[in-house]
Amino acid sequence: MRSANQLLAAGTAAPEFALHTTPDQLVSLNDFRGRPVILAFYPADWSPVCGDQMALYNELLDEFARFNAELLGVSVDGSWCHIAFAHERKLRFPLLADFEPKGHVARQFGAYREQDGTSERALFVIDSEGVIRWSYCSPVGVNPGADGILRALEALDPEAAHGK
Amino acid sequence: MANDDVARLTLPVGTRDHVQGPADAAVTLVEYGDYECPHCGRAYPVVREVQRRLGAKLRFVFRNFPLSEGHPHAQHAAEAAECAGAQGRFWEMHDTLFEHQGALLDRDLVEYAAAIGLDPVKFEDDLRTHAFKSRVREDFISGVRSGVNGTPTFFIDGVRFDDSWDVETLTDALTAAARRP
Repeated sequence: MRSANQLLAAGTAAPEFALHTTPDQLVSLNDFRGRPVILAFYPADWSPVCGDQMALYNELLDEFARFNAELLGVSVDGSWCHIAFAHERKLRFPLLADFEPKGHVARQFGAYREQDGTSERALFVIDSEGVIRWSYCSPVGVNPGADGILRALEALDPEAAHGK
Repeated sequence: MANDDVARLTLPVGTRDHVQGPADAAVTLVEYGDYECPHCGRAYPVVREVQRRLGAKLRFVFRNFPLSEGHPHAQHAAEAAECAGAQGRFWEMHDTLFEHQGALLDRDLVEYAAAIGLDPVKFEDDLRTHAFKSRVREDFISGVRSGVNGTPTFFIDGVRFDDSWDVETLTDALTAAARRP
């Protein structure tokens, strides 16, 4: 059984994937080549901690944009569920459905929880070349915040970190 | 920070802050809060009580952390408190907002401003022009950088307090911190 300590680590090439963000729209990791990507795996739409975490990230899109970074949320929920969740919470970034085969992408990133059938609450910052530069697995019940993400983005682009 | 053991306050308490209690108090409690957040509403009387219990040993600082998408009135409420702060009445507005969390429309804010004796023209002008929007955002970003992940988040002497914030637990933690040399 995979556990948190097998999360893909910094220096590893991120596995390529293509997931639905709406029933008829796919998003691939390599769509964002040339820009940093923040990949935020979370256990489930609607659960209280996930909601708070996504609400926080929603407030930080301007901040991520300073680094030209794209934020992608990923859970095993289907795209119809994601649409309802994003609409209700007014989320302004894509939620990807790691739904069929269930958890396939989470497994590739070492971020699947077999015992629960959901992904971990795991964060990855992937650089413009598609290499993981930072990863972090939070306890499932704990919102990891965004300080680690911002620090990783700053390390990638020190100039953007200081320019306002 | 996520990978470290403890999250720490990245923006030290300074002259920009709204402070209750003596500058040389034995312990400092910083809260990042949202005027429309029900948890913060529950924390408000808790903070009042620990302030009463610790007296002059405690310095309390409030910083804004409005999560506007879920709380549509939180940003304006935070700005209103800062508008009041510009007229020397931050805490009166802070208390009023937490005591009236269900009524935070702009017209309510204007009413509260009048009730606490603010210059109504200046208050409405500052609110309308978002004079303190960037100040509120500064608080917010300082919170994010310090590991604030929701509200309320407390820091005791600059270290994030992850325990339960009921009166007894918070009092014990502050009392212990105040004893440290």
